[in-house]
Amino acid sequence: MSSETPTPPRVGLFVTCLVDLMRPKVGFAAAKLLEDAGCTVEVPPQTCCGQPAFNSGDRATARGLAKQAIETFEPYDYVVVPSGSCAGMMKTHYVELFDHQHDHAWLPRAKAFSDKVFELTSFLVDVLKVERIRAIYDGTVTYHDGCSGLRELGVKQQPRRLLGHVIGLTVAEMADAEACCGFGGTFCVKYPEISGAIVERKVAAIAATGAPQVLSGDLGCLLNIAGRITRDGKPIQARHVAEMLAGMGHEPGIGEPDRS
Amino acid sequence: MAVRITSPAFKANAKRALADKPLQASMRNFEANFIGRRKAAAERLPEFDALREAARDIKTHTLTYLDLYLRAFEDKVVKAGGHVHWAATAEDARTIVLDICQKLGAKTATKGKSMISEEIGLNEHLEANGIAPVETDLGEYIIQLRGEMPSHIIAPAVHLTRSQVEADFRRAHSHLPGDRNLDEAATMLAEARGILRERFLAADVGITGANFLIAETGTSVIVTNEGNGDLTQTLPKAHIVLASIEKVVPTLEDATTLLRVLARSATGQEQAVYTTFSTGPRRASDPDGPEEYHVVLLDNGRTALLGTPLQPVLRCIRCGACYNHCPVYQRIGGHAYGWVYGGPVGSVLTPTLIGIDQAGHLPNASTFCGRCEEVCPVHIPLPAMMRYWREQQFNQNLTPKVERHGLSVFAFLAQRGWLYRPLGRLAAATMRFLAFGRGRLGWLPFAGGWTSQRDLPAPAGSTFQAAWKKHVKARRRAAR
Repeated sequence: MSSETPTPPRVGLFVTCLVDLMRPKVGFAAAKLLEDAGCTVEVPPQTCCGQPAFNSGDRATARGLAKQAIETFEPYDYVVVPSGSCAGMMKTHYVELFDHQHDHAWLPRAKAFSDKVFELTSFLVDVLKVERIRAIYDGTVTYHDGCSGLRELGVKQQPRRLLGHVIGLTVAEMADAEACCGFGGTFCVKYPEISGAIVERKVAAIAATGAPQVLSGDLGCLLNIAGRITRDGKPIQARHVAEMLAGMGHEPGIGEPDRS
Repeated sequence: MAVRITSPAFKANAKRALADKPLQASMRNFEANFIGRRKAAAERLPEFDALREAARDIKTHTLTYLDLYLRAFEDKVVKAGGHVHWAATAEDARTIVLDICQKLGAKTATKGKSMISEEIGLNEHLEANGIAPVETDLGEYIIQLRGEMPSHIIAPAVHLTRSQVEADFRRAHSHLPGDRNLDEAATMLAEARGILRERFLAADVGITGANFLIAETGTSVIVTNEGNGDLTQTLPKAHIVLASIEKVVPTLEDATTLLRVLARSATGQEQAVYTTFSTGPRRASDPDGPEEYHVVLLDNGRTALLGTPLQPVLRCIRCGACYNHCPVYQRIGGHAYGWVYGGPVGSVLTPTLIGIDQAGHLPNASTFCGRCEEVCPVHIPLPAMMRYWREQQFNQNLTPKVERHGLSVFAFLAQRGWLYRPLGRLAAATMRFLAFGRGRLGWLPFAGGWTSQRDLPAPAGSTFQAAWKKHVKARRRAAR
C-alpha cells in the first residue's frame, strides 16, 4: 500500500442476535461485501441492541444494552448492521433513550454513535458509493421492504440499486411491498393468529409475482416469511439480500436443509 | 360508561374476527381502495407533504394555547346568538344534550356522524329517556339497525358485506315490497334516503359532530359525502353540535388547510362532497336554518393529556388513514378493539379514556411497522405513543408475568456477554439437532406462538460470533 492510499474505513460489524444465532451466513456475506468495498471489518464481542426490551417498555434494560453497544463500538469509524430493524434502533432510538435523562455524559456519546451507524445496503450505496457487485444470478427475485429500515432509515432504493448490479438478476415487485409481514418482534408470538393472517397475505403477494425467490434486509421478516412458505409447502426460496449480493444466491435458502 | 367495553377480551375478539368470513371479505376490498386512493391523491398534489407539516403546526400551536382559543370560540358563538355548554365528563355531556331536547319537547333527534356521540353513549341515553335518535349517515344508519358500534371512524359499516346490508334492509324495512331489487349499493342508498327523508322533516332536534371549530368566527364545520349532515342541522328547530375540545382551530384559513389534508388522507378525495360551515342560529334574513344553535364542548379526560407525552394524540383530525394502513386493523376490523376507537389512534387514545388496565392489549397489538405515522396527516408519532403505554404497563407491573419473566432473563443474559454467547451456541446447536436435517422445526417447546402459524427455520448449528473467530484465526494462519 502506498503512503498516499487513504486508510481503509474501519468497520465494526454488528451482526444482530438473529443472524448470530439463526443464520451466520448473513454475517459472512455482509463482511465479504464490506471487505470487497475496501473496508477493514472487525466483529467485537457483542450481544443485543436492546430493541426487544425497548419495545416491551423496559427502558432501563434498553439503556443498559445501549451503553454496552456504544462502548463496544466507539473505536470504529462505522457500525454496520445487516438489519434495518436493529440499525433503526441504534440510529434513531439510542439518542431518545438518553434524551430525557439528565445523563449528560451519555447523550453526546449516543449522538456520535448514532451518526456512524448504518444499515448494510444503505452504507454500501450512500456512504461507500459502491457501483460494482461481483455476483451473478440468473433469475428473478422479489424484494420485501422491512418496515424499520424503510420508515426509520429510508432504505428503499439502496438494496434495489445493488441488486441491479448482479448480472442476470431481475427484480419483480410484489403488490404493496411496503406492507408489514407481521413479524413485529414479540408481536408474532404474543398475537400469533393476527401475525399469521398478516404473513399469509404477504406470502400470497410474493407468490403472485411468480418469482421463485424472495429477498429482504431483515432476518426477522425473513424467518417469518420463510417459515410460512415452508409450512405451506410453496416452492419459493427466501434469503437475506446480503447473501445474494455476496454471490451466495444458489445456496440453500432459509428453512431449507443445509448439510454443510 | 354507557358503551360496552370488550377491550380486555381483545385476543378472543381478534380470533373471532379472523374466523368471520364476511368480515374478512369486506376488509380485503377496503384495504385496496383506501390505500390506493390516498396514494393517488397525494401524488396529484405536489405540496401535500408541506400541507401536512402546516396542519401539524396548526394543531400543535392550538393545543399550546387551547384555553385561549376555546374562550375566543365561545365568545363568538354567543355573539352569533348561540349557546356553548362545557361538559367535563361523558355524563355531563349526555345530561346537557338531554336537557336541550327535553326543553324543546323533542320526540326524535336526527343525527349526523359523531364519534363523540358514540364515546358518550348518547343514543342509549336518549332512548332510555323517550327520545328516538335517528342516525342519518348511511353507514351509521346501517349499524344502528344492527345495534352495533362503528368499526371505523369514517366508514362505520366497512366491516359488512353488501349482502349483509341487504338482509338488514329487508328485515328493518318490512313495509316495502319483498321483491324489490337491492342488488346494488345505489338502490340500497336510495331506499335509505327515502326512509330518512321523512325522519329529517319530522325531527325536532338535529345533532351533529364537528370536524373543526373556528375560534375566529365561532363556526362549526362538518364534512360529509351524503349531505345528510346539512339536512340534520338545518331542518329541525335546534342544532346541537357535539365536539371535543381539541377540535378548535384559530382561523378560517387554518380550517381550510386542515380540510385540504383531511379528505385526501381519508378517502383520497380532494374535498368531501359537502363541507358546511355553521355560525349561530338562523338570522332574520336567512331563508332557513335552526332557531337554536348549541355547542357542547366535551373534555372527558383530554385536558389531562396536555403537557404529557400523549399530547400529540390530540392533533388527530379523525381521517382514519392510520386505520386504513394498519396491518392489524386490516385483518381484524374495528370491533375487535373493544370500544369506540380502533386502529392505531385507538390504541393510543382508548387507554387514556377507559384506562390502561382495561385497554392493555391495544398498544401491544402492533407490529410497530410505522405505517400509521407515515400516513398521518398531522404526524402523530403513534408507535412512540404505543411504546409509551407499554412503558407505563411495565412500570406499573401490568405487563403479563410470562413476558416480564422472559424479559428479565433476557436482560440478565444480554448484559453478560460471557454467559450469553455460550448459551447462544448451545441453543443454536440444540435447535439444529432437533431439526434432524430438515432445515426447519414444525414444533418447538415454549415457541407455540411461533410454530402454530409457521415453521421455525433451523439455525446453522454454530453462532456467527464463534464461526467468525475461527475464520479470523484461519485467515491469520494462512497469512503467516
